[in-house]
This record gives sequence, structure tokens and C-alpha cells, in this order.
Amino acid sequence: MPIILDHINYIYGGGTPLEVKALDDICLQIPDGQFIGIIGHTGSGKSTLVQHFNGLLKATSGHIYFHGEDIYDRDFSMKKLRSKVGLVFQYPEHQLFEIDVLSDVCFGPKNLGYDKKAAELKAFEALRKVGLPMDLYYQSPFDLSGGQKRRVAIAGVLAMEPEVLILDEPTAGLDPKGRDEILHQIKELQKETGMTILLVSHSMEDVAEYVDRIIVMSGGRILYDDAPKNVFSRYRELEEIGLAAPQVTYILHELKDRGFDVDISATTIEEAAETVVKAVYGNRGGR
Amino acid sequence: MGIVKTQKLTYEYIRRDEEGNVEGITTAVDQVDMDVEEGEFIAILGHNGSGKSTLAKHINAILYPTEGTVWVDGMDTGDEAHVWNIRQTAGMVFQNPDNQIIGQVVEEDVGFGPENMGVPTREIWERVEESLKAVGMYEYRRHSPNKLSGGQKQRVSIAGVLAMHPKCIVLDEPTAMLDPKGRREVIRAVRGLNQVEGITVILITHYMEEIIHADRVFVMDGGKVAMEGTPREIFSQVEMLKSLRLDVPQVTLLAYELQRKGIALPNGILTAKELADALCRVTGRKQHS
Repeated sequence: MPIILDHINYIYGGGTPLEVKALDDICLQIPDGQFIGIIGHTGSGKSTLVQHFNGLLKATSGHIYFHGEDIYDRDFSMKKLRSKVGLVFQYPEHQLFEIDVLSDVCFGPKNLGYDKKAAELKAFEALRKVGLPMDLYYQSPFDLSGGQKRRVAIAGVLAMEPEVLILDEPTAGLDPKGRDEILHQIKELQKETGMTILLVSHSMEDVAEYVDRIIVMSGGRILYDDAPKNVFSRYRELEEIGLAAPQVTYILHELKDRGFDVDISATTIEEAAETVVKAVYGNRGGR
Repeated sequence: MGIVKTQKLTYEYIRRDEEGNVEGITTAVDQVDMDVEEGEFIAILGHNGSGKSTLAKHINAILYPTEGTVWVDGMDTGDEAHVWNIRQTAGMVFQNPDNQIIGQVVEEDVGFGPENMGVPTREIWERVEESLKAVGMYEYRRHSPNKLSGGQKQRVSIAGVLAMHPKCIVLDEPTAMLDPKGRREVIRAVRGLNQVEGITVILITHYMEEIIHADRVFVMDGGKVAMEGTPREIFSQVEMLKSLRLDVPQVTLLAYELQRKGIALPNGILTAKELADALCRVTGRKQHS
């Protein structure tokens, strides 16, 4: 159980007229090896929440435990926490700065005190994991495409070998193929390393396709914390807080309303195709 | 000639190394011919780096063609005398609303454009009111823009362009940074401008669902127009789109998967209702709609 959040509150501008409660009594358990999606409308507190996991923001009250240790203890090493919980920000490619890709990815491990050779080994491994073609390793990161730059930025965090990887909208602004490639790679990475992954996203379709568990944020609180099927079955409530279900959910509801015996809990195209085929051939068999 | 016309539009830029020596030339837009009629809703698709934003920037004279010509409402964008008229005729909305809003109060922000154009004060207020009403943001006119949601900010940006009374609006991925509700709000506002006000819309997007109501779709690849047609014609070609790093709406993809599993559906299904109708026909079920 690497991370536990215990009654976390976070208040912006406390004691001023502009006081805002950004996180309101959040309790969460993040066990090893889960792939978790975090969804919520703009301003719901998702980004504020994920910045607590590696201590970038300090809760106004409450406790966070990492492997059983309270991260707010005076003798707890925040530096170690930040190497174990890697955070990839929105548009991470804006943070690339080195003259070539490999040097850029080496920056993290070098900062952790590894020598040049060890850092390069870790960088190579991280670049392999994000699926960047090897002939690009010595190119300037600024000559790469949008999707490639983003992979390099993700590799920069992976090179520190975190146990938990948090990605804040890793696919914003990418074309559909780029979106699929990055998410597919992240899923592979999770299968290969058993790493815990938290994915903050605005795309319900992406979340439905890849994650095991969804946390829905609204007004600084956790509204739902459940499997994708169960969360998306509440699509009317999700719409009320500015979200939606994947389009597949709406399609299946339409078919159901028109008398087809489909399973409306399917959330991916594959599952939907299966239940529609069953409903259609079932109908024929009956006649 | 339509409201926007390009003839053999080519745009090249020179890549230089750190010392400023020429490394090579990249052709971002390559011999594009396009003719947009007044009142049309045009969508432009294409993967990252396909040249769609570069193309869009030619329409309000942010970039000038290396070769070929662009006309906006009959004015050649290469002619400097027309620049301000062109920018009033074709307004532009960008991806990040935070980069486009300058006013402290919503109505001041929307009034900035017409004020700059020298519109009389009373008329500025009339334009601000009608523009904010057109995008459904009138009740927020006295709010501070930085307290608004992403979708609301983006609609204020659109109102700001609208207040300049353009004939054409170019939107470059206006929904890329928004949540689902924000996306719906912006697209609804854009469709309203097109259908109610008759403004020509050129929408660049990565979200396939946003363009099913477009009159025509252009798909860019390597600076060229790779495909052109109605949304139905374009989305019928699932494999071709995938090879161009694009996608189809989920309902189209589901219909395509069902076809492959042997259900006889027509190509290019765009809405859940169409899919339900088609499945009713296939199964001989009575249709009620």
C-alpha cells in the first residue's frame, strides 16, 4: 500500500476573503500496481490532488503516508519521495532543455546522485520503455514531433525509476494516433514493471479503455471511486458535474431504448461490438 | 470566388542551426487549393505537424504564402494595404483561452476589438451585448474572466472576435484544453454562429465528434490536402483515416467493427440514431423514432 491519504484538506488563500477550499476531506488508498484514472471538470481539484502525492503542495490539514511513513514528519526525506513518486505535468515538453535527448533524460538520475554512466544506463532504459526510436537519442529534443517530445519528457521522469507515476493529461493536444500510442505505451509499461499509474484525463473514452479504477473529483471532494463500468453507469450524475460517459455508453443506451437487448455497462468499442452482435444474432435466432 | 480561396498555396520555412547557417527547407503547406463559400462550415483535420495550423494562419494574414495566393473576401493577403480589412473579415480563435483574454471584465475584453477599429462607443456596447448573447455569456458580462471555466473563457474569446463583425471565423483547436462540458459549450456556440448568424466557420480539431455537422471536411497530410468530402464520405474510409494518424467517431468505429463481424451496415454512420435505424433494418425490427 504505497500511498494513503488520510482526511486531507487544502485551502488556498486561507484567512483572506479569497479563501477557497480546493480539497475537502480526501481519504484515499492507492495500492501497488493499479492503473487509476482521475477525472473531473476544470477546477475540480484533480491537479491540486496529484500535487500532494509527491509533496509539491502541503495539505492544510490531514496526513499522507508513503509506505507507512508520514511524509509530513520532520525527518522524512522529500527528495526521496519525489524520486519514488514521479509527476509528469501538462505539456511536459515545455520543460525539455538539454542539447540532445539522452542528456535531457539523464538530468533526473544525475540529480539523484548517480554518476554519468549509471545515469545514461537509466536514461537508455527509460527511452526504450517509452518506445522512442533509437536513432533519435542524440538529436535535439526540439527537432522532434509533439508526440515524440512528450515521450522524452515522460522518459525523463521514468529514468528516476519511480514506484508511482502520475501523468497530468499526457495526451492533451496530440492527434488521435499520438494519443493511442502514448496510452498504449503507458499500459505496456504498467504491465511490464507493475508500476502504479495515476492518469488525470479529460477524455472519458481514454479512461474507459485503459484504467482499472476511476476516481471522480468534484468541488474538491471525491464523488465516486469505483470500476469504470460502475462509474459510467452514473452518466447522468457525471453530466451534472460537467463530465460525460464515453460515447459508447450513449450509443448503447440508444440501442437499448430501441428495443435491442444490449449490455449497457460496456465501456469500450470492443465490449460494445460484442454485446451488439449478441443482441442482433440473438434476435435472428428467435425468429 | 468564395469567402476564402487559396490557389497553389505553398509555405516554406528555412531551418537554421545555432550559428544561423541554413540547414534545410521545410515545406509546411504544399500546393493547397481550397475554395470556401460564404456561410459554409468547414472542418480541417490532420495529425500533429500536417500543416493545418500553418494553413489557418494564412487566412488572417499572420503568415504570407511563399508561393501561390490567398484571397479573403476577394482581397489578396499578400497586399499589405488589405491586412487590417482581412483581419476584420476573418477572425481567429486559438487553443489556449488564457493567451487571448486581456480585459479585467468580460465586457471590456469583448469590446477591445471594435474599440481598436475605431467603432463609436455606443455601437461598441451594442456589439458587445449581441456578441455575448450569441455565445450565451451575456449574464457573465460583469465578471472577471479569470474566474470563468475554460469553456466560458473560450466563448468570451469567440465573442471578442464576433464583436469585430467578421464574415468568417477560423478556430484552431479551440477545445483542446477543455473538459467535456466546455467542449460541448464551445461547439454549440460555434454551430449557432454558423447556422443563425450565417458566419463562415473554419474549425481545426483533433476531436472527430466535433465535425460531424460540418458541410465539408479537409484532411491534411504532409502539407497537402489528402482527403476532401462530407463528414460521411470522409468517415466511411476508416482504414485511410487510420493511416493518416486520425480516427473516426466512436459510433462510426463501432459500426465498422460490426460490419467486420458480418452485420450488413452501410458505411459512414455518424450518430447513435443512424446506427439504431440501420440495425433495425438489418434485423427486420419495426422502426419507431
